[in-house]
Amino acid sequence: MTMRAPITDLPIRFENVTVAAGAVTILDRIVLTLNPGPPTVLVGPNGSGKSTLLRAAMGLATPSQGHISWGGREDAHPTRRAIVFQRPVMFRRSVGGNVRYALRASGVARAEQNRRIDDLLALVGLEQLADRPARRLSGGEQQRLALARALAREPEILLLDEPTASLDPAATKAIEDIIRAVSQRGIKVVMATHDLGEARRLGGEIVLLHRGRAIESGPASSFFNTPRSGEARTFLAGELLV
Amino acid sequence: MPDDVSAVHLLLTGDPALLAIVRLSLMVTFSAVLLAALIGVPFGALMALIRFPCREGIIVVLNALMGLPPVVVGLVVFLALSRSGPLGSWGLLFTPKAMVIAQTVLVTPIIAALTRQTIEDLWIEYRDEMSAMNIGPAGRVMTLIWDARFSLVTALLAGFGRAAAEVGAIIIVGGNIEGFTRTMTTAIALETSKGDVPLAVGLGMVLIAIVVAVNALAWTARRAAERMAA
Repeated sequence: MTMRAPITDLPIRFENVTVAAGAVTILDRIVLTLNPGPPTVLVGPNGSGKSTLLRAAMGLATPSQGHISWGGREDAHPTRRAIVFQRPVMFRRSVGGNVRYALRASGVARAEQNRRIDDLLALVGLEQLADRPARRLSGGEQQRLALARALAREPEILLLDEPTASLDPAATKAIEDIIRAVSQRGIKVVMATHDLGEARRLGGEIVLLHRGRAIESGPASSFFNTPRSGEARTFLAGELLV
Repeated sequence: MPDDVSAVHLLLTGDPALLAIVRLSLMVTFSAVLLAALIGVPFGALMALIRFPCREGIIVVLNALMGLPPVVVGLVVFLALSRSGPLGSWGLLFTPKAMVIAQTVLVTPIIAALTRQTIEDLWIEYRDEMSAMNIGPAGRVMTLIWDARFSLVTALLAGFGRAAAEVGAIIIVGGNIEGFTRTMTTAIALETSKGDVPLAVGLGMVLIAIVVAVNALAWTARRAAERMAA
């Protein structure tokens, strides 16, 4: 378990991926490639399929049609990917215990765990709260702990589902600073947001989803300055995209 | 035991016969709860996590078995352990071991059913995170049991309450033999039918005091542990 696979999970390739729940199509024939590099930001209104796309990229949502491949393999276990859900679940353990759990799950030796816990909690600014029960943290603190727990797995790809939703500006800035630092370390960040300001601040590449379809994707600068699709222009103009 | 001396007085003066009854009661009950926990907690956890045909039916049966009538359990264990029964060669009938077996049969479904519910609720909450962390089946079971440990204490206490209060099963398989298989509940049943109501009431008070003390201890331990870990 401590051996790190020399193979890579990038690029993550969606080939005509459809994900359906019963009669409802959540993702509709998605064609998308997630390459190494700056963060990819998924934007779009609620229910546009952002969360499901992240889950599919993680390997947690099985396509009803089409294929997803990670570095060319379709059977890649999520050992090199980590996800922070929109409402992360805190294990009934201390803050440090939550990070330790993730470290142990990815096979980090016991002797190394304490040092890694200190490093990770320092990275997200929770080092003072290591012994606090995780479930008593505030929303922003729980998001930061979930980030630390995801990073404990030393992912190559970090998937984030609206990590700053319902956080105040200070907590949002703290999370965005961590995301920036993580991205600069070479970890591929893929995050969903419906906050265009956040997409502007963090995005290297933007993917606009609407009703389960990838409407437009490309570098952030061209998406914001010269949107090609009508949906993108509507969305950027701050009008309601329904 | 003379009729005019209350059980409380006997207890206070350290009457060896009475202490032996209390000791045997506790020994049988705690052994049964321990065995039932070793069987029921993993079984309940597996029932919570594994999907297979007829699962719902088995859960209904398991829940129904929480209401097993003790005398019926006593009768079945009696038949199994009696000389001509399938386990007759073990020679366990009318021994404390037979009483432990009967109470284990009685308590295991209670612990398993309550564990199944507790673990399943927690699994629904943890499923996404644990799948994302690539945790295997054994790791899932251990994590869920550990993280549900404070709730599982309640399941164990329910089992303990059942075993401590029960008389029907152990009086059949134990035989209420003085100095050997007589427990507090069987002694109460006997003394009441003999007409020694004060002794029965005294024993009843001792029994209730022990049940309250065990629950208070578990509550205190749980509170202390929760403050530290939660």
